[in-house]
Amino acid sequence: MATEQLQAMLADAFPDATELAIEDRTGTGDHFQVTVASSRFAGLSLLEQHRLVNEALAAPLADGTIHELRIKTKGTA
Amino acid sequence: MSDLNEKIKQVIEGEPVTLFMKGTPQMVMCGNSLRALEALRRAGAPVTTVDILPDPAIRQELSAQSGWPTIPQVFVKGELIGGADIVEELEQSGDLERTLEDKLGPGYRDERDEKTVALI
Repeated sequence: MATEQLQAMLADAFPDATELAIEDRTGTGDHFQVTVASSRFAGLSLLEQHRLVNEALAAPLADGTIHELRIKTKGTA
Repeated sequence: MSDLNEKIKQVIEGEPVTLFMKGTPQMVMCGNSLRALEALRRAGAPVTTVDILPDPAIRQELSAQSGWPTIPQVFVKGELIGGADIVEELEQSGDLERTLEDKLGPGYRDERDEKTVALI
């Protein structure tokens, strides 16, 4: 899966994101590090923040397209 | 409710700290499982590990229960704490130790022993 596809899915879920970075950690299109800064995270626990990212990528996570997902979230005002 | 479902629930609710991982502490099969295990060790947590690899059904049932799609998953007293990234971040900020103290009591390090539970 191309990083552009992930980028598009995250941009849909976090239209206000001030930072949206995706790194293909292994160059194989299945191990990703995503960084998202969004106001949607404000006031949420880390668990809830990561849940929002997991939900945005639910389909490729469920069907195994994404083998590994590392998440870094940042709340913005 | 299936037997497996019930067993998972029993472990999560019965053990102070449960780590669902790929492999065992003696033979970790995934870098993220290792990251979670090491963060828990640094915090002095009494970890009960469950290997999800013996049967794909374990992971399916677990994720259905927790609503968390990836492995590893860490629970403290029945409550999902998160995966490797969260546990690592909480350990670095000191929040993991605070959570363990809140939920298990200030002496939680005393019972520090690692054990492994098989579901199947």
